[in-house]
Amino acid sequence: MERRERTPHPAVSTTTGPPAVDAAGDPPSAATPAAPTPSAAPGRPRRTSAQLRAGAARRLTRARRRTVVRTGRLVRRAVHAWRSSLQLRVGAITMLVAGVLVVIVSLVLFRQISDQLLGAKRQAAVDQSLAGVQYAQTEVGGIATGDSASIRITLSRTVENLRSRGGAAGDFDVVMVYLSGDAPRPASSRPDIYPAIPDDLRAEVAGGAQAYRYAPVPDRDGEPVPTLLVGAPVPTDGSGGDRLELYFAFPLEQEQESLEGIRSTVVITCAVLTLFVAGIGVLVTRLVVDPVRRAAGSAQRLAEGHLEERLAVRGEDDLARLATSFNAMADSLQRQITQLEGLSQLQQRFTSDVSHELRTPLTTVQMAAAVLHEAREDFDPAVARSAELLRAELDRFETLLSDLLEISRYDAGAAVLEAEAQDLVPVVHRVVEGMGALAARHGCDLQVTTPPVPVIAEVDVRRVERVLRNLVGNAIEHGTGKPVEVSLAASASAVAITVRDHGIGLTPADAQHVFDRFWRADAARVRTIGGSGLGLSISLEDARLHGGWLQVWGLPGQGAQFRLTVPMTAGGELTSSPLPLRPPFLTPPRSRS
Amino acid sequence: MIAHNGGVPPSAPSQGASRGRVLVVDDDAALAEMLGIVLRREGYEPAFVSDGARAVATFQQLRPDLVLLDLMLPGRNGLQICADIRTQSTVPIVMLTAKGDTIDIVQGLEAGADDYVTKPFKPVELVARVRAQLRRGENGQAESLAIGDVAIDVPAHQVTRDGVPIALTPLEFDLLVALARKPRQVFTRELLLEQVWGYRHAADTRLVNVHVQRLRAKVERDPEKPEVVLTVRGVGYKAGPP
Repeated sequence: MERRERTPHPAVSTTTGPPAVDAAGDPPSAATPAAPTPSAAPGRPRRTSAQLRAGAARRLTRARRRTVVRTGRLVRRAVHAWRSSLQLRVGAITMLVAGVLVVIVSLVLFRQISDQLLGAKRQAAVDQSLAGVQYAQTEVGGIATGDSASIRITLSRTVENLRSRGGAAGDFDVVMVYLSGDAPRPASSRPDIYPAIPDDLRAEVAGGAQAYRYAPVPDRDGEPVPTLLVGAPVPTDGSGGDRLELYFAFPLEQEQESLEGIRSTVVITCAVLTLFVAGIGVLVTRLVVDPVRRAAGSAQRLAEGHLEERLAVRGEDDLARLATSFNAMADSLQRQITQLEGLSQLQQRFTSDVSHELRTPLTTVQMAAAVLHEAREDFDPAVARSAELLRAELDRFETLLSDLLEISRYDAGAAVLEAEAQDLVPVVHRVVEGMGALAARHGCDLQVTTPPVPVIAEVDVRRVERVLRNLVGNAIEHGTGKPVEVSLAASASAVAITVRDHGIGLTPADAQHVFDRFWRADAARVRTIGGSGLGLSISLEDARLHGGWLQVWGLPGQGAQFRLTVPMTAGGELTSSPLPLRPPFLTPPRSRS
Repeated sequence: MIAHNGGVPPSAPSQGASRGRVLVVDDDAALAEMLGIVLRREGYEPAFVSDGARAVATFQQLRPDLVLLDLMLPGRNGLQICADIRTQSTVPIVMLTAKGDTIDIVQGLEAGADDYVTKPFKPVELVARVRAQLRRGENGQAESLAIGDVAIDVPAHQVTRDGVPIALTPLEFDLLVALARKPRQVFTRELLLEQVWGYRHAADTRLVNVHVQRLRAKVERDPEKPEVVLTVRGVGYKAGPP
């Protein structure tokens, strides 16, 4: 249960977001058709009333729309809860089914009880009524012959007698009505009974049959009480239109009380029973759902890389089988991943070992080549040129080897950031100065822009210098002799260095690949600085190790710009760069013409 | 496997008197021979030992002016040899290492090496380092300096605090002297590399950092709160006020 709140809310709030915005955006568009009306004819009252009506209608639609939106949101939330919680679903369904069943059963039961209770009462009432009719017949035998006063006396006496006789049907009241032509003359044990007798009962009795009805009759305090009314004609030796009717009124107060008691008991029982059944449903679901949730949690942790995650196996039921299969899956996954990790470690180790082992013979060869190179003047031209080539190519080989080693170090995750607070202004100048010879060979002018104040950042200077050397070297090589601009700028949280060339530039497709290993912009191009093809890949890794960015912008024929952005403090987060990636003066001038 | 001067014939005519004896500790025969050729061409007198276990004994026997030490040796770890030699002598030690990894370099420097070259290197690089290390101590004029509460007698190569001598390697001594000579100047690591190591290293400031730490461990009362060699954040180091 405790996990229930966690699930529905966050997702619901995100799904309801957009519709709320829609609703907020709608009213203006709904209002626009009505807007021209007041401005077109402000003076005419008919328009105004129409406008008022339109306004009212608009308000109404808006209110309705708001309600719709609100209900929609509620519905969506409910739907989400319904879809996301099995427990809620089972609980609700159990409750509904149990509720319907209990209601049906209790209705039938209640009907039975009330039938039983009222049936006995009715039988007794009908019997008493028949007996009363017989008695009344003897009492009022010659009533028609008397005057009205004697009739009233006779009726009253008979009513009194009938009332005092009592009966099996409990407390009751009696009404006798003498109908002779002009008006009914009732004699009653209680005066307000006669008017309460329903017309259809009177009609039936007038038809000569015994009949009964349930109807509310005011009691002595004037409160209506459900009453069983039984009426029957009293046969007279009667001449003409004279008729005599006898009504018994049995108040059902007690029966009503007991029925109400029963009803409340049944209702409470129903509610308790329904909740109980629903509770059992939820509980049983929980028994099943909890292990499933645990399994889901474990699967998630497993997916996050906690390979040792396992489920506890209890018993031998389906859930235990689930746990067993899950654990088997986790075992197999762990084994395979460990195997793969081992393989990749082995491969990385191999690369690193090979690079190391190559270094010692390479050192010997390089020293030998240097010795030969120094003595080349003593050789004949072909041998001398060979010595030159040997030395140049050995340099290239060395670069390649050290780059390979560096990238294998990154692949092995062995690269460590040695960040130290350092002023980057002299670093940039130093690197650019170091590239001066190469720039001069290409006839390329190096321009440096740095802030007048020190830019002190926590960086790994060795790596930053390597990135810069790479970028500047690249720019010189691809810059076709045009100036290369290096800029340094800082914000409160980041430092950026851009290297801009005006050379052949980059196509968007090239830009996607410049950081790929061994990628060449143009396979046919003559390489002049003999890079390894790994320089930019390593630079990208260097930038990433700082938690920084290395990005490129380029246009064919317009040159390219690389931008390195690193956080001011080691481990800082980057949100923006102090320098634009796209050179600002390149915003299209075409729009002016 | 000890080859005294003359064991390997010089490939170039020797330039007069020996400029210094260099012990090469390396197990790779070809590399050792090549190192010998290059050193001899520069006028040094090389000696070789290929077995790490015998390196210290050979060192004691030959008393070279400089040791070229390969860190990856069979028999005995290069770091261990370095530390052992350092306990007996302040002789300059230059490591040859195949690993450019910081941890290896820092470990080597901490074991007492003064400098290192990463394989593959060129003869020029090696000779520059050897020359720089051997030149140490040659430039002594009568001079006495003070840095923090430490007194330096430059020609006598002696450092004392309250009259008690502090033993420093030549490199550490030069580092301290460089700082003490210009007490108002803040030295960047690059400047120290140039002035103390005698060449422009490939911007390897680790060399400076480790040696400053080693120096502090010897001359500071509390290396955590340095008073002799002060750090200037973001720039470098400077001398503490006398």
